[in-house]
Parts: sequence; structure tokens; C-alpha cells
Amino acid sequence: MQKSFGGPAIFLDRSDINTDEIIPAKYLTEVTKEALQPYILEDLKLEGFDSKGEALKQAKVIVTRENFGCGSSREHAPWVFEVNDVHTIIAESYARIFRQNMFNCGMLAIELPKASIDQLMELQERGNVRIEVDLSRQQVNALTDGEEKQFGFDISPFDKALVEAGGWVEFADARY
Amino acid sequence: MGKTLAEKIFDSHLRDEPFPGTKILNLDRVLCHEITTPVAIADLVWRNKDRVFDREKIKVVIDHVTPSKDTKTATQAKILRDWARRHDIPDFFDVGRNGVCHAIFPEKGYIRPGYTVIMGDSHTCTHGAFGAFAAGVGTTDLEVGILKGVCAFREPETIRVNLTGNLPQGVYAKDVILHVIARLGVNGATDRVIEFRGSVVERMNMDARMTLCNMAVEAGGTSGVCMPDMTTVEYLWEFIQDEFDSKEEALEDYQQWVSDADAKYTQTLDIDISALEPQVTYDYKPDCVKTVRDMQGTRVDQVYIGTCTNGRIDDLRQAAEVLKGRKIADSVRGIVSPATPKIFSDALAEGIIQIFMEAGFCVTNPTCGACLGMSNGVLAEGEVAAATSNRNFNGRMGKGGMVHLVSPATAAATAITGVITDARDL
Repeated sequence: MQKSFGGPAIFLDRSDINTDEIIPAKYLTEVTKEALQPYILEDLKLEGFDSKGEALKQAKVIVTRENFGCGSSREHAPWVFEVNDVHTIIAESYARIFRQNMFNCGMLAIELPKASIDQLMELQERGNVRIEVDLSRQQVNALTDGEEKQFGFDISPFDKALVEAGGWVEFADARY
Repeated sequence: MGKTLAEKIFDSHLRDEPFPGTKILNLDRVLCHEITTPVAIADLVWRNKDRVFDREKIKVVIDHVTPSKDTKTATQAKILRDWARRHDIPDFFDVGRNGVCHAIFPEKGYIRPGYTVIMGDSHTCTHGAFGAFAAGVGTTDLEVGILKGVCAFREPETIRVNLTGNLPQGVYAKDVILHVIARLGVNGATDRVIEFRGSVVERMNMDARMTLCNMAVEAGGTSGVCMPDMTTVEYLWEFIQDEFDSKEEALEDYQQWVSDADAKYTQTLDIDISALEPQVTYDYKPDCVKTVRDMQGTRVDQVYIGTCTNGRIDDLRQAAEVLKGRKIADSVRGIVSPATPKIFSDALAEGIIQIFMEAGFCVTNPTCGACLGMSNGVLAEGEVAAATSNRNFNGRMGKGGMVHLVSPATAAATAITGVITDARDL
């Protein structure tokens, strides 16, 4: 079943945010996704960011820069987002394994060019930003007080099919 | 148009292409450890699909936290152990016979030229040293691999790195790969295979080639690969001698995977390493690299030698050569983890373990250990380590700790002085 996408956004204005920052290795001893929930982005090095703060608690969309999710193959990184209801990441680029893990879990790792990410980052100065995703039209709508911005995005037909199927296990099980 | 090694492997393993550019490959090896596999097993059970596609092609090891340190890690080990037994998987390595996955699986002869290999571990790219396509994947890919024996990849593009010249005395594969990562950047090879070529690679043994390929992912690469040659055949011979009449015949067969002379590369990097110096990372990204002499004098609290990057016999020999007859600084905690029982045993026979112990090192059992701060050797806040591992991320070896990535020789020299040191200056 397809997940829901969109909601309040949080902005992580840094490149190369790695999987150890998203979920430190010491929590990889958990054997359920739910147990990871309190530890989201616990070791993120970013000025002004509070991993226990209200902004992250409310967030359903993360906007960030280049090479997001680099490092480990741990799917605990997408899972910690999933169990915190963050089903959408919007970044300039991703590490391959993290990106595939997102789609394999039926979640969205959307790529936008730097200029579009710049515009999204600027929006946060106006107040809370809400981002809606229309997967069928491949469009992101960002709303804040008195302003709305739209961005089209590319997604490979395979990744789109994974999201529509609810993940890779569902897709593969039906075909192979 | 010629093809690269990766393209040849993709062509020969193609199961389906559901969309243009999306290749579903048949898998020769699905490798499993106790950190990323248990959730896949639990999901298969939950879906009422607790099956394996081929029990001979699945290889299983407990390596990250072993022997288990607490109830949680004991549970992970038990889930994996029970599953391996339930499915009668013949190649399962438990306490006493286990070692670091990317060292023990090649050592057992499981990886061959032309193979497709996945594992729920980012450093799976190591196995490309044998001329295989080997990629780290997440738990869902692993789960589908276990159940169906397939995995999806994008059309492979390849970066060719030509390493020419002569490796200077005291400079090793680790220094070369740190330099390559610095040149490519941490995402310079994303969605690409890195092909290590040139006379330097041709002269390297398999241990050194594995060190090169191991860190391909630190530049974002899907797999690192080396061309199969007589060095590959010699390493594998004890496992393949029933398949071929002679080594020459094996070599001829493996030649089918070697990239064609007119293969197309997205990028070619020519590096003459004749003037390369020992390298070390600073900061929290593996592409932040300086020469050891530029970092000379940086104080360290711990030196860690081991891991899937540099825990093989050749690595231990290089460190022991520096340590022989010397003692490590009082201010340093030295830890060495031979990567497999065989490496441990060979190191004992060669007197290497004695050298480490006389120098003041703690010798641990084969395990991933301190590298990712999951079991022994965790750093305290503000502490600094020099390590032969592959990642210097913030908090990697313990919250608030700093890791400098170095070769085994540099690690040994640093342990002796207590500050980052070029072994050639001792």
C-alpha cells in the first residue's frame, strides 16, 4: 500500500549527512524498527539543530543538500524516518544505498537541483513551511505564509513503481 | 563497442529489465551478518515466506559484535543462528570460527571472477577485488535476495582509475585509496563502479587489492573492481583446482570478464603514485586527507589495527615490521583484531602476535569491534584514535570521538610515539 507524503518540513542545510548521524551504530542492536524511534538524527552535526526539538517532532518532510545518507548500508536510517512519520526527503543528491533503501521501503527520496533547494531553504525564513507531494504529477508544492512555490521532479519509473507498490518486497514478490 | 567488467557481469546475470535502465540481476552470493539480516528474517517470517532461494549461495557470519556483549546482541546472533540452522545453510560461521565478513568470505574461496554479490553491508564492494560485481545493499534488498536470488541495479557506469609508477617504500594500498578518495570526493563515484587498473594494481597481492576496493564506497562507488589475473588465480587455486586442469586454464576462463580495450568509461583518472606519501584523514569525512607528515604530532589516545579494510595477514605483517623490538607509548591504548581465525593463526605462527603483545597491544578475537563503536574499543568523548578502518564519521568509534584513518604501518608508528607519525621517520 502506498504511503502518504507531505506535511511540515524541516531544513537541514548541510551536505554529506551520513548514516551514523541519522542513526548511530550503537542502536543497530535493536531488532524492531519501532525501537529506533527516539534516536532520529541523534548525532547530527549542524548548528542550531536539536534532535529532540519540536521542529523535528512535527516534521514529515526533510529538505537537505548533497549526498544525503552517505556511509553505511543500514536500512535503520530510512526506518528511523519511517517510524517518525517522515516519508519524504528532498535533497540535491543521495548516496546510492540510502536512496534505494528509501524507495525499497516505499518512501520518497526526491532529487531537486541546487537552485530549487536554495529557493526552498529561503522559504523557511518566512515561517513554517508545509510541503505537499503529488507523485502522479511529479510535483512538489511548498507553502508558507502568503507564498507557494512549485517544483517538478524526475523519478525513475522503477522507483515510482516501488513507491506505488509499497516497496521492493511487494514488487519483487509479484514478479520473480 | 567494448564492454567493461561490470557491463559483462550485468549482461550475463540479467534476469529482467522491468524499465529501461533498471537491471534485475541473478545473484551468485547473498552474504549475511547479524546486524542487518535479523530484520529481514523477521519480515520474511511475518510474511509467511520464511524460505531461502539457494542455501548454498547464502553465506552467513556473526561478526559485528562477537561474542555477544549483552542481551540485545545475543538476540541478534540467535535470530541469525536459528535461521541458518532452520534452512540448513552449510556455510555459517559462529563464535570460534567467525571473522570479519569481508575477510572471511574471500578467504573461504566463496568469491570468484564474474560473480554478483550482495550483502547488507556497505563495504561489500571489497569483493570486487576478485573481478566480481559486489555491492552493499539495505535490508530490504537483502530480504529479496534471500527469498528470490535477485537484486535491482541501475545500468553500471564505470570510472577507471589508472595507478602507475612505483609504490614508494613505506606507502601502501591504504595510502593509495585515501588519495583516490580525496581526488574523487565522497560522492565522486555515486552510482558508479570504480575500476582499479594499472601496473601498481597488477603488482598488488589480493590483500592489497581488497584494501583498495573496500573503500570504493567512501567515494560513493557501488563496487570497486580489479581485473582477474594470475594473482587472483593463485589466491583461489586451492578452491578451484577441481574445476580447471591448470592455473593457465583458469586464467584463460577468467579473462572473459576483463574489460575490453575499447570499453567506455564515464571518467578516467591517471595517477602516478611514485611520489605518494603516507596519507591520513582529518575531520569527519574520508575525503579530508593530508600527508601523515602534515599531521605529524597530533596526539592520539587509541590505535586500532584490524577491520575489513586492513585486518588481513599482509596488514598485520606491515604493522609488526614497524613494532618489532619496540614498545608503544604509555599514553596509548593499542588494540589489534586479526580479521579471521586463519589470519590470527597465521600471525601466531609467524610470531606477529608475539610482536604485538610485547609492544603492549591488546589482541582481540576477530570482530568488527571498535571500527563502528558497537562492541569493544569505544572512545570516550573528546578522545582521538588512529585506526586502519574506513570511516571517520562523527561519533563513529564512540560519541564525541575523532578517528584518523591510516595504514597499518602508520598506525603502528603512531602507537609507538603517541602522536601521528610517519613510520619512515622512526
